[in-house]
Amino acid sequence: MKSFIALISGLLFGFGLTVSQMVDPNKVLNFLDIFGQWDASLIFVMVGALIVFATVYQFVITKREQALLGETISTLKNSKIDKRLILGAVFFGVGWGITGICPGPAIANLSGVEPKILAFVSLMVVGMQISEWCKRRFLI
Amino acid sequence: MTEFSPLSGLLGGAIIGFSAAILMLFRGRTAGISGIVNGLMSKNTSDISWRALFIIGLILGPLVATLIDFELPSRIDLSWQSVTIGGLLVGFGTNLGNGCTSGHGICGIGRFSSRSILATIIFMLVAVITVYFCQHLLGDIL
Repeated sequence: MKSFIALISGLLFGFGLTVSQMVDPNKVLNFLDIFGQWDASLIFVMVGALIVFATVYQFVITKREQALLGETISTLKNSKIDKRLILGAVFFGVGWGITGICPGPAIANLSGVEPKILAFVSLMVVGMQISEWCKRRFLI
Repeated sequence: MTEFSPLSGLLGGAIIGFSAAILMLFRGRTAGISGIVNGLMSKNTSDISWRALFIIGLILGPLVATLIDFELPSRIDLSWQSVTIGGLLVGFGTNLGNGCTSGHGICGIGRFSSRSILATIIFMLVAVITVYFCQHLLGDIL
């Protein structure tokens, strides 16, 4: 059951990204291009996702001591706004703006075997390792 | 030019929200894609199987959608320079800032987390400014 939930959750996530067309970088870039041919669809994706997730979270999950399958509910209790959060969001924003691809759609596009997607995902993993290395050395 | 699609956006978004909701309700985990990928590379092996299964599902989900007439983009119009710089920055930034569009933008905002709300505002604003520079000022350099 535990494995089934992880798999089905991933399947639904990829399915939803495709239905909403957020797997298409052009769609995302046109959302971000508010001074061009603006395509506001991404807002509707966020709203749809938030209505469902926030409702379940606020009315069901917060009332529970642990998850339905017995594990602890691991959300970050850390509410500190620090340099890493802000710098990380800035770097991510630049990368997202250049490509229109964020991690979810990047992985969801892997079955298309587009060489540029394979390259993007590989370099994304390299970028994550560079960040880990910087954090270990307290460079940031 | 892409066509404004509020209905498929809302529907697809609701499915994504449902996916994140069941993962947290049943397993207590956050459906943040950058976090899940980061965790796959950690030394904590007990935590790897759910992450791997989620990623497999995330890769297969679009294939299921294509069976009922939805589509993955057939080609990516970006230049190799953009893919290279963008991929590195997305990986670096989401690791440093502990989340991406899904982890901060959906799960974090849905929990009313001030960290996630701030992070989402920042990466959205920076992305809008970046697109403005790339599309309207730099033209085809990238």
